[in-house]
Amino acid sequence: MPAISTTSLESAHHRFESSSTASDDHDDSPIELHDVSHSSSPNRTPSESRSSEDSDGFVEIAEPKKEAHVGVDSWAQNNGSMNGKVWSRGDASASSRLCEKSSYKVEEYPDAPWYTSVLVCFSYAVMIILSKFADWLRKKGYFKVPKAQEHYRQKDFAPLKGGFESLYLDNLYRIACDVMNRPLASVPGAIMTLRDRTTYNHGWQFVYTGTTSEVLNMGSYNYLGFSSNSGPCADAAAKAITADGLATCATRHEFGMTKIQHNLEKYVAEYLGTESALCFPMGFGTNSMNIPCLVEKGCLILSDELNHASLVLGCRMSGASIKVFKHNNAKDLERQIRNAIVAGQPKSGKPYKKIMIIVEGIYSMEGTIVHLPDIIAVKKKYGAYLFLDEAHSVGALGPSGKGVVEYWGCDPADVDIMMGTLTKSFAAAGGYIAGRKRTIEHIRAKSQGCCYGTTMSAPVIAQVSSSMQIMLGHDGTDEGSIRTQRLARNTRYFRQRLRNMGFLIYGHDDSPVIPLMTFFVTKVVCFGRETLKRNLGVVSVGAPATPLTKSRARFCISASHTKEQLDKALEIVSEIGDVTRTKYGRVNNTEIVAY
Amino acid sequence: MDSVVIPIYTTIVSVPYYHYVLEGLLVLVVVFLWNRRNRRPRRPQLTEEEKEELIRKWQPEPLVPDTPQDHPALNPKYVDGKMGKYVSIEGKDYLNLATSNFLGLVGDERIEEVAKKTIYKYGVGSCGPRGFYGTVDVHLDLEKQLAEFMGCEEAVLYSYGFATIASAIPAYAKRGDIIYADKGVNFAIQKGLQASRSQIEWFEHNDMEDFERLLKIQAEKDLKNPKKAKVTRRFMVVEGLYLNSGDLCPLPTLMELKWKYKVRIFIDESLSFGVVGSRGRGVTEHFGVDVTDVDMIMASLENAVASTGGFCCGRSYVVSHQRLSGLGYCFSASLPPLLTTAASEALRIMDEEPERFDHLRSNGRRMLEGLRSAIADTLFYVQGDALSPVFHIKYRSDDVEEAEKKLDALVDNAFEKGLALTRARYLVGEEAFPIVPSIRLTVNSQLTSEEVDKSLKTIAEVVRSLTKN
Repeated sequence: MPAISTTSLESAHHRFESSSTASDDHDDSPIELHDVSHSSSPNRTPSESRSSEDSDGFVEIAEPKKEAHVGVDSWAQNNGSMNGKVWSRGDASASSRLCEKSSYKVEEYPDAPWYTSVLVCFSYAVMIILSKFADWLRKKGYFKVPKAQEHYRQKDFAPLKGGFESLYLDNLYRIACDVMNRPLASVPGAIMTLRDRTTYNHGWQFVYTGTTSEVLNMGSYNYLGFSSNSGPCADAAAKAITADGLATCATRHEFGMTKIQHNLEKYVAEYLGTESALCFPMGFGTNSMNIPCLVEKGCLILSDELNHASLVLGCRMSGASIKVFKHNNAKDLERQIRNAIVAGQPKSGKPYKKIMIIVEGIYSMEGTIVHLPDIIAVKKKYGAYLFLDEAHSVGALGPSGKGVVEYWGCDPADVDIMMGTLTKSFAAAGGYIAGRKRTIEHIRAKSQGCCYGTTMSAPVIAQVSSSMQIMLGHDGTDEGSIRTQRLARNTRYFRQRLRNMGFLIYGHDDSPVIPLMTFFVTKVVCFGRETLKRNLGVVSVGAPATPLTKSRARFCISASHTKEQLDKALEIVSEIGDVTRTKYGRVNNTEIVAY
Repeated sequence: MDSVVIPIYTTIVSVPYYHYVLEGLLVLVVVFLWNRRNRRPRRPQLTEEEKEELIRKWQPEPLVPDTPQDHPALNPKYVDGKMGKYVSIEGKDYLNLATSNFLGLVGDERIEEVAKKTIYKYGVGSCGPRGFYGTVDVHLDLEKQLAEFMGCEEAVLYSYGFATIASAIPAYAKRGDIIYADKGVNFAIQKGLQASRSQIEWFEHNDMEDFERLLKIQAEKDLKNPKKAKVTRRFMVVEGLYLNSGDLCPLPTLMELKWKYKVRIFIDESLSFGVVGSRGRGVTEHFGVDVTDVDMIMASLENAVASTGGFCCGRSYVVSHQRLSGLGYCFSASLPPLLTTAASEALRIMDEEPERFDHLRSNGRRMLEGLRSAIADTLFYVQGDALSPVFHIKYRSDDVEEAEKKLDALVDNAFEKGLALTRARYLVGEEAFPIVPSIRLTVNSQLTSEEVDKSLKTIAEVVRSLTKN
């Protein structure tokens, strides 16, 4: 069975490649499809990744020879001049040359040595045993803690919480919670002001000291740097309040539809290059409330294993059968589709009504970019539908910031449903769904989001449309392309520098989401605290958001970061990396990374 | 050692060899049968060619069916400007009896001023979830203010009204728990119940006897299995004011049942928050129930408060649990600061100007009584509590299509006469129970008695003309 699926995918892959070569004459530059056998890195063992790294060294790409669409070309040159490798776009010979080695310079999932995992588990064991002991002491009354108590008359009700979850929250999470939920007192721009807080009882309660500190922000999803409290977007938002108020107090089906939202939806469709679009006031809700109207019982959803909670919830609410495929692995996706078509619906064995593949553009915890061409090839081959969640990638990828579809040079029409948020790159709030007119009309008529959810607030709409105008170049400047270029440059510079310092970094070179692996949850907490002491704000993530043994610190690069800021951050990170001994990768002191 | 090994050895040797052969065969047969049973395919095993054939032949349905072009959702009325007391559509003003701006806070200059100031301090979006630099101090302030406003220990702020309700319920109720729910609850609650995967027991709308009957059945079951009963959490989910009917919940009886059968109570006050009660604190204030006895109050900020988002409040022990288990809280970007401060300012105004609640109530009463007399002796009728700012106008008919047509005609004719009304929209087939078509008419505190009377007159005229035909 596996042998067959490999060949079939390869044939799909070849077909795709030939079709893209054929389109050379058109304005789309051909994109190189990485070899499937090299792509499925999640399965790679550490030894494999090591060896390929050894053999590869650094792949240099010649300047793309092929003349292509201007935008794409400059992007490719940009890529080439910045680091000169990865995701090459060029003529067929250059791509095949690259293919022979590896299309990725970087392994997506390098891993720490096995003993690190053992030690991580050991540290958890120690913490859990001590937590049990602490719980026991508290129960016996040796310790008094200001823990919220059940209502005195409700002690005999069935307990609301308990078990391992409570143990984890009351002990491990509580001690580390100062690295989470840090309160801002300013706009989340490149520099943010945090309200200082301190705890006198090990995280049970926090006290605000009344002071604030200026912190370099590498935690907010402000990819394009539109988060600002002045400038054209802020002015547009303030003006919109005067003109259109703050709330509609109504749903879309019941009189809540405003002209400005209607216009916004037109912009979004134009921006993405789709026929039609819809906007909603909450990104999470866009997924969880709209997926159920696209698939129902008797359909199959193929969902990436690392999909966001909102997608998972939406899938669950739809009632369709759900199968999970390996992260970003088109091969596994194809295998599962084939098996599903052959086996049919569970129990009845009837053929599925339709199959929907759900993937994200950039995965927020791994920093991986979806292999869209492969996924599209599989989708086309089997007649499945594709739902693409561009929560992190819209604005953050592609020569003009149009997301992962543009990044790969794919056709937006090949993606059946394009979803994304307006919260991140556009620094507003909400989400959109775009696609063919017919699809959008159905969603407008039948989705929960349209029927039961209120419509968007005017200033939020204004922020999105004004920032989108800038990105589209409608404001008459080239600020939009400057922003995307700066983001791309910052991303590559920061990633490469981190890697050379010897850190283990996940994800693709062009992804502005950069997870730095610390493996130990204790180390990531220490990392979070020490960086804050040096006025650098990063996100520290541990279980349950990541696997138990894969805690990580995460950086989000913004177009508004300057080189000086990045250098400052790198200096701090390197210093703390030495202190916490988190440099799990290979140090490379020789390469000088150009900005 | 030898004393053990030697007897075993002699026994093994002494058994005849055919015995081993037979036993060996027996083992093989067992293994064979076991394998057969486990691997018996439901259908005959397919060859690769047959699989290819199946895959080639499989024809997916289209992604979506065609939507009729006359579907009301495809032909909305686009409002230009603020959704205040009057709405402007294509240059003409209409008296707004369709949106839930109960306290008339849409367009309030003080709120708008605060929101603008917030933009120039915090920008528009928060660019992150609450955990990762998405918590702005204004969120903490609003949470504190909401808790104080309601007299609770803690409040948790969400960024969308629907998600508040739909996330809060499954944060507590899990598989194996029991939720008692009123059959008249709104769609957000229904989705929350579905996401919880708990056992749902529906009782008739506002029928406390039916509710108690269900509780008694469960109590009998519990006697049989006290061990399980001890860990089975029970919840009841009701609305303060029902969106789908405009009815008030019988809170005192519900509280009695709560204590008697040890069921935690969750109230959705999306409609009653800022409306019911002399100071707008909702049904607990109206019925004089101690708010700390209620396990959780959930409410949207998209109605009376005229902002976006929602909140849950109650005792810290209960509510704080959501900060890590409420999906819509953890995994969603936080509420934009400007909408947060707008809600804060609205709460302040609500405290400062309690006469808004009185105006709203008197308008509601006037409208309800007026409606009853205006459409008396016709097949139209009104549903809704006298305290409610929301009424449902329905049409008595067994034929749903006829009723829908009549109601649509009423909406359209009233619109021509300068009155903005709307049908209550539901997703037919998605709702847990059949829906009776209706017009959802709302009043707000800003309406003058002349405006109420005038709209009543218009409705009466339209109804009369419709009845004649």
